[in-house]
Amino acid sequence: MEKKVRSHISQNEPLLFELSSPGKIGYQLPDLDVPAVDPEKALGAGQTRREIEDFPEVSEVDVIRHFTRLSTWNYGIDLGLFPLGSCTMKYNPRVNELVARTEGLAWIHPYQPESLSQGAMEIMAELERCLAEITGMDAVTLQPAAGAHGELTGVLLIRSLLESKGNPRRKIIVPDSAHGTNPATAMMAGYTVENLKSNDLGVVDPEALARAVDENTAALMVTNPNTVGVFEEEIVKVCEILHSKGALVYMDGANMNALVGISRPGDFGIDVMHLNLHKTFSTPHGGGGPGSGAVAAKKHLEPFLPGPRLARKGSQWTWNYDLPRSIGRVRAYYGNFGVLVRALAYIMAHGGPGLRRATMDAVLNANYIRRRLEAHYHLAYKSPCMHEVVFGDDHQAKRGVKTGDIAKRLIDYGFHPYTVSFPLIVHGALMIEPTETESKQEIDLFCDSLIAIAEEVERDPQMVLKAPHTTRTARVDEVSAARRPVVRWRREPAQSKAAD
Amino acid sequence: MLRVIGAESIDSLFEHLPENARLNRPLDIPPGKSEFEIVEHFRARGEENAIGYANFLGAGVYHHYRPVVCDVIVSRGEFLTSYTPYQAEIAQGTLTQIFEFQTMICQLTGMDVANASMYDGSSAVPEAAMMAVRATGRDKILVARTVHPEYREVLRTYARYQGMPVEEFGYDGETGEIDLNELEAKVDEHTAGVIIQSPNFFGIVEGVGNAAGIAHKKGALLIDIFTEAVALGLMEPPRQADIVAGELQSFAIPPSYGGPFAGIIATKEKFIRQIPGRLVGETKDANGKRAFCLTLSTREQHIRREKATSNICTNQALIALMATVYLSLYGKQGLRELAHQNLSKAHYLASKLPLKFQGRFFNEFVAQGNGRSVEAVNQDLLEKKIIGGLPLERYYPELKNTMLLCCTEMSRRNHMDELAEVFAK
Repeated sequence: MEKKVRSHISQNEPLLFELSSPGKIGYQLPDLDVPAVDPEKALGAGQTRREIEDFPEVSEVDVIRHFTRLSTWNYGIDLGLFPLGSCTMKYNPRVNELVARTEGLAWIHPYQPESLSQGAMEIMAELERCLAEITGMDAVTLQPAAGAHGELTGVLLIRSLLESKGNPRRKIIVPDSAHGTNPATAMMAGYTVENLKSNDLGVVDPEALARAVDENTAALMVTNPNTVGVFEEEIVKVCEILHSKGALVYMDGANMNALVGISRPGDFGIDVMHLNLHKTFSTPHGGGGPGSGAVAAKKHLEPFLPGPRLARKGSQWTWNYDLPRSIGRVRAYYGNFGVLVRALAYIMAHGGPGLRRATMDAVLNANYIRRRLEAHYHLAYKSPCMHEVVFGDDHQAKRGVKTGDIAKRLIDYGFHPYTVSFPLIVHGALMIEPTETESKQEIDLFCDSLIAIAEEVERDPQMVLKAPHTTRTARVDEVSAARRPVVRWRREPAQSKAAD
Repeated sequence: MLRVIGAESIDSLFEHLPENARLNRPLDIPPGKSEFEIVEHFRARGEENAIGYANFLGAGVYHHYRPVVCDVIVSRGEFLTSYTPYQAEIAQGTLTQIFEFQTMICQLTGMDVANASMYDGSSAVPEAAMMAVRATGRDKILVARTVHPEYREVLRTYARYQGMPVEEFGYDGETGEIDLNELEAKVDEHTAGVIIQSPNFFGIVEGVGNAAGIAHKKGALLIDIFTEAVALGLMEPPRQADIVAGELQSFAIPPSYGGPFAGIIATKEKFIRQIPGRLVGETKDANGKRAFCLTLSTREQHIRREKATSNICTNQALIALMATVYLSLYGKQGLRELAHQNLSKAHYLASKLPLKFQGRFFNEFVAQGNGRSVEAVNQDLLEKKIIGGLPLERYYPELKNTMLLCCTEMSRRNHMDELAEVFAK
């Protein structure tokens, strides 16, 4: 096969602190146009610092080279397929970066008069409308900063509603296939967590659920499609079971990329959900953030949404702070506005028909990968898959090679690994989500690579166990890092003497 | 592809979805637009906001100049389009940079450990409070009324269902500093943490050492918050605090109507296992070369699930990168000079206005309206294309006819003179 990669030179680079030399600068400031104030007089001698010990001293060229060199040690979507399951690593259109930097959007202060913020408020209102339409919900808050933050918001909404009816109840049911954030969130909202075992098809078993739901149940937190990429075909019944006992259903919208334009959570019985705008709506992951975790809810939860809320006053937008039943703020200001701008730009570029087409292509790509790999890797569930497919390492484990090892070997073939060892219900999981933005050529290269690795495992498992072989950094020792954590740079005592 | 799959059409891949879970109409969203139309659309929305105004608002969001290099670096696809660095071998760029970020935050705050960032300053406050609860085994939180009002609201939202009572304590009406007597009276053997902000919401520099002394006497932790990170360039770091939490927006992050920003939590070595969020640590690779990786993840939700220190998953990596680039450009000398310009500008404007508080301040201060209402002053300023200060009565009913003003290195003398003139009218 034609491999995607071959090795090339990469630059070494010390840490900024090691690069530093006294007196170097990389900034310019205009001359001060007011009298200089003596810091010790203004702040008090005890409050004024003499220097920031060991802080970097480098030039502008040093800075550019330093970070450019570091960047070449990273893998990103711009370099190729990034098949992390449940993370929806799709192409990030660059026009979204440009519009978010528009002067009138990037440089506005959250407290400037509403009359001078109408454009920003209009953008937020339009995004709220689009997300309500996509999810089939009645109201949307854009305040939460990330998916887990949205989950907390959603569960607090549920708690407030139940409390207003006299009893917040005690437990939240979470399927064993759920993301770790779900149980962690339930705890933060003051609930206990009851884990629900998935059935042989990898989905929620309505009968087991019915047995678990009682008058102490506040809600079920469900992911649909779930983390094995399977649509919960009994979802309507699942929601009815909860509702019949006065409980609610929260949906983790991490996998919404499988549903946009095809199926709406609001229509199949969900009460409240979050969307990861950095997944489904393509705002860049940026190495781990910023994201945005918009929450969409049904009418009965709307009075509890965090404030302030957008409202119409005549022909103008205004912020309404008069929300006596609101759960309160979950963050300062109004949300990750810059991320919201990008998400709306994405929605506008696709339009309704384009969003639906993206969903279809995402599901097509996942099914294609499933078909090409199922002879070589153990397919976890036979149920039809949506936007992602999960295999287990059963075949390879017999040769002593685990999912994590296969992942490291995949790096040698020029790809970022899939999600490793998750969901927990699949032993040795390989969770693969290609997204709609990958071409058949790229996907074929990826499948060819995984098939080649499966053959390598048979032929030479020791070689796979030592992968990656071609990266500038060999396999990293994570165990010692945790045993004696070194989480910051410090000048070595000898060096400090030399500097004196 | 369909042939390989053995499907007739893409539609058939959705056939297993139950009928009552399907959307049988097109989405009510107009058809897709071209790049040109999208650029035009957002430019037009931008023009409906304030453009070309001088701005004297602070209150947690600051107008600081952003060196060009910051955007050049964060626009690189290898940073922009990468993911949380779980696969250390192909994420050394991000990991190395976060290690540098953590180090610089420690250097600025005088702490031993800093995490890889939080969503923002406001959500870092309840996370810091929960940390204090875990570290002390106590439940009560005391928070100064001089902490950003919206940060306190966020704290209350988080605290409500965690059995974490939150009580406030006031400030001295003369100085604008926290009321140490009230703090001393309220802190007791149930207090897990005392939260103050310095410079506080009024811009006043607090005596962190005094507050820490009172908290520590009763076995409580002191949590120090900051919203104006530039102050750290000139101010003595809050070494007496146990936890420092704050907002980094000042470091090259555009105001952007309130987000995305990046928060941090930093602390003493002994609390390292209580810190929420991502941490990057130094280690070696199989060839013995220095390498970095995410570490102590047994604190986190993806391993610990319901027993995690927090549900936080995302950090604000790209924003933290922006701050890291900014801090390397300004460096040891520049950050100090930048802070000094802010200090000098604010003191110039303050010298022309009646001040509400006598306490020492950095780049924000509270002006007391004389005669005319501060809203009327702001209205007149708008005509001169100046956005004035934030009226405080909405947040502090006792602070009638006052406004919070902020100057940065971007504030020009002629605008400050104009503002002072309008104020005095």
